[in-house]
Amino acid sequence: MTKAKDRSIDKASQQMLKRAEAEDKQLAWDRLEAMEPQCGFGTLGICCKVCSMGPCRIDPFGDGPQEGVCGANKDTIAARNLLRHIAAGAAAHSDHGRDVAHTLLIAAEGKTHHYGIIDEKKLHDIARIYDIKTEGRSKEDIAKDLAHAALAEFGNQEGELKMIARAPESRKKVWRKLGVMPRGIDREIVESMHRVNMGVDADYKNVINHGIRCSLGDGWGGSMIATDLQDIMLGSPKPVRAKVNLGVLKEDQVNIIVHGHEPTLSEMAVKAAKDPELLALAQKYGAKGINIAGMCCTANEILMRHGVPVAGDFLQQELAIVTGAVELMMVDVQCIMPALSSLATCFHTKLVTTSYKAKYPGVEHIQFNEEEAYEIACKIIRMGVENFKKRKKERVDIPKYEMDLVAGFTAEYVFHMLGGKYRATYRPLNDAIISGRVRGVAGVVGCNNPKIKHDWAHIEMVKELIKHDVLVLQTGCSAIACAKAGLMTPGDALKLTGPGLREVCEAVGIPPVLHLGSCVDNSRILIAASEVLKEGGLGGDLCDLPAAGAAPEWMSEKAITIGFYVIASGIFTVFGGDMPVKGSENVTRYITEELDSIIGGKFAFEADPIKAAHMMIDHINKKRAALKLNPMMYEPAKKEAKEEATAGAN
Amino acid sequence: MPTKTSKKNKAAGKIKIFCDLRKCTGCKSCEIACAVEHSFSKDLVKALRESVPPTKRVRIRDSFGRAVRISCQHCEEAPCVAACMSGAMYKDPKTGATKHDKDKCVGCWMCIMVCPFGAIVRSIEDKQALKCDLCPDRDDYACVIACPTGALFAGTPEEFKRKAEKKL
Repeated sequence: MTKAKDRSIDKASQQMLKRAEAEDKQLAWDRLEAMEPQCGFGTLGICCKVCSMGPCRIDPFGDGPQEGVCGANKDTIAARNLLRHIAAGAAAHSDHGRDVAHTLLIAAEGKTHHYGIIDEKKLHDIARIYDIKTEGRSKEDIAKDLAHAALAEFGNQEGELKMIARAPESRKKVWRKLGVMPRGIDREIVESMHRVNMGVDADYKNVINHGIRCSLGDGWGGSMIATDLQDIMLGSPKPVRAKVNLGVLKEDQVNIIVHGHEPTLSEMAVKAAKDPELLALAQKYGAKGINIAGMCCTANEILMRHGVPVAGDFLQQELAIVTGAVELMMVDVQCIMPALSSLATCFHTKLVTTSYKAKYPGVEHIQFNEEEAYEIACKIIRMGVENFKKRKKERVDIPKYEMDLVAGFTAEYVFHMLGGKYRATYRPLNDAIISGRVRGVAGVVGCNNPKIKHDWAHIEMVKELIKHDVLVLQTGCSAIACAKAGLMTPGDALKLTGPGLREVCEAVGIPPVLHLGSCVDNSRILIAASEVLKEGGLGGDLCDLPAAGAAPEWMSEKAITIGFYVIASGIFTVFGGDMPVKGSENVTRYITEELDSIIGGKFAFEADPIKAAHMMIDHINKKRAALKLNPMMYEPAKKEAKEEATAGAN
Repeated sequence: MPTKTSKKNKAAGKIKIFCDLRKCTGCKSCEIACAVEHSFSKDLVKALRESVPPTKRVRIRDSFGRAVRISCQHCEEAPCVAACMSGAMYKDPKTGATKHDKDKCVGCWMCIMVCPFGAIVRSIEDKQALKCDLCPDRDDYACVIACPTGALFAGTPEEFKRKAEKKL
């Protein structure tokens, strides 16, 4: 059994890992150990079980069968499996977007009074993309039309997605030429499932090209709808201070964790926690208050908009229960370990599911609906408060680790931050890149994976990037990991930052690592990149930008989809672990080499975060050289200083 | 949980690898683990790119609808040892394992012809016979560790018998 310090780099997590070990509680790390060595065919992506002639697997070492019963070879099988992953990831993000559009619709129709239209400016901006008349109309009317238009994107059959009109013209030309412009969000997912069905698409390049189309329908479609409509309905985030890590749980309060991905219910939970009646009840049971803390991307959503503290990232969901201080954990969809239900029974923690799409055996289900959102939230919180009685004081062990962070940056807010309220512009960022103060921009996103030391790869990679003057944009669990390490406060993080980037950060007053939100909010990175390009001076297409992406501890299928729409948007992307395609040399070569000349972006797989960071830096340098940008402002100085030092020594 | 064999146990000899056919699902994880163990890099992904791909010495074959593991049984009276004209095949006097000295092997394939289990494979490149060598580079056995159902078992015949009877 590996030691707690080898399992996580985070002190709070280590403390809980030790406790779990002492109490013989099985966590994800233990289950991984029991599962090892994992199936070689699955690791390499060369098993196929789509029809009943199979299951078939290709012998990776060449002396066994090289074709399945139908004749599909390892290239076909690996590519089809990959497309299935992309379709699943796109479906997850996009279904989230669909739910948000649905909520906006019923809010605009006045069927629920719990949600309103908060960001009117953004409503007008997004309505314009859909050619919806805004002048002289009430915000409800516009929102109704917008919600209908957004919902139509999912079922659109012909032409192009409307949302994707926001991409730069040069990029759209590349997509049209390759025939990967998404038509409808659902259509591309359904077509993916058709293509991977028995006896359909067998040309691995054709299969993967459709994966690109499907992923673009997510990144520039479903995810973008989710982000923008949430901003309209729940308010666009603005920079906000908050706390992160298990230390945000309070010993003297009712602790309620909201876990999952969708913000609709958690927003209400935040409001319900301030309900005087519930607070009085909490006091009756001896609690000083009701403490809501987030987990995973739900955490990011309510952190961005309300500064609600974050209890942890993906691998801390079990550890939060191990503190013995969590009265109730309410979950919606995605990234929820089924293991939580049995672990919760070892403590007093009550687990509640709220989405009909995600139920767990033996777990109480309270169905959420928008019409009675607040009442349902109150009901759940009340359950948590009632459960406070059952808390055993001697079982409570909350790690005393918490960290400050600043979150709430959006593509729109960066305008104001950089240019000021009256001349909002990306110009200062572009100028900083052109002049060589900032080397470029990197998006570091993604999950946790017990195969990699928890948080370690995220933190090491981001530290290496900011040291080399790369501005880092983050979302998802990666953002939570770096926030815990203090990289999202201007103070400490700037000490680790290269001199050029530090100057810019100090001038503008931002940390070198910016938190952009949850994993659907990767669409914010796409919009920011498009805006930087539009500002001018950094080439004519997204693939000319000195930018790179990474998912150092990825595990979800959603990460594969995100990776694909990012490379399809012309941005080189490094994944921390291999995608399950290594069994096919052709598929591996196609996505890590050949796609670069076809679509301007490609993947790399590198488990070492420092090496991966340098792959990104080298890529950014190459793009800088191609754009003939000024040399990095502080690098020659460093070299001269070194020469002087050696001359002096001589 | 796969049965892990201690180093001490292995050095003491008399260990054989058994397969509980009732538990074997034919997933071929043992085949892959064996090939990786006999590669230069001992890493799954890297092994695929080696100039000479590694050869597995254990095979899962179908026999009347049931998966059967085929590998060297380290026979007490081994026909391959008797048939070997160069003396490459020999019995280890200490452990009783059937061993193969690749420096002496001339690639006559007599061992393959006489093996009652079909457990010996050819390396065409080196013109050599290859068989289960009981993983000399590790303390345990790659196939046993890789078996997800615990069908593979390393131990003495008596131990295996006890285990098999207990599970009935």
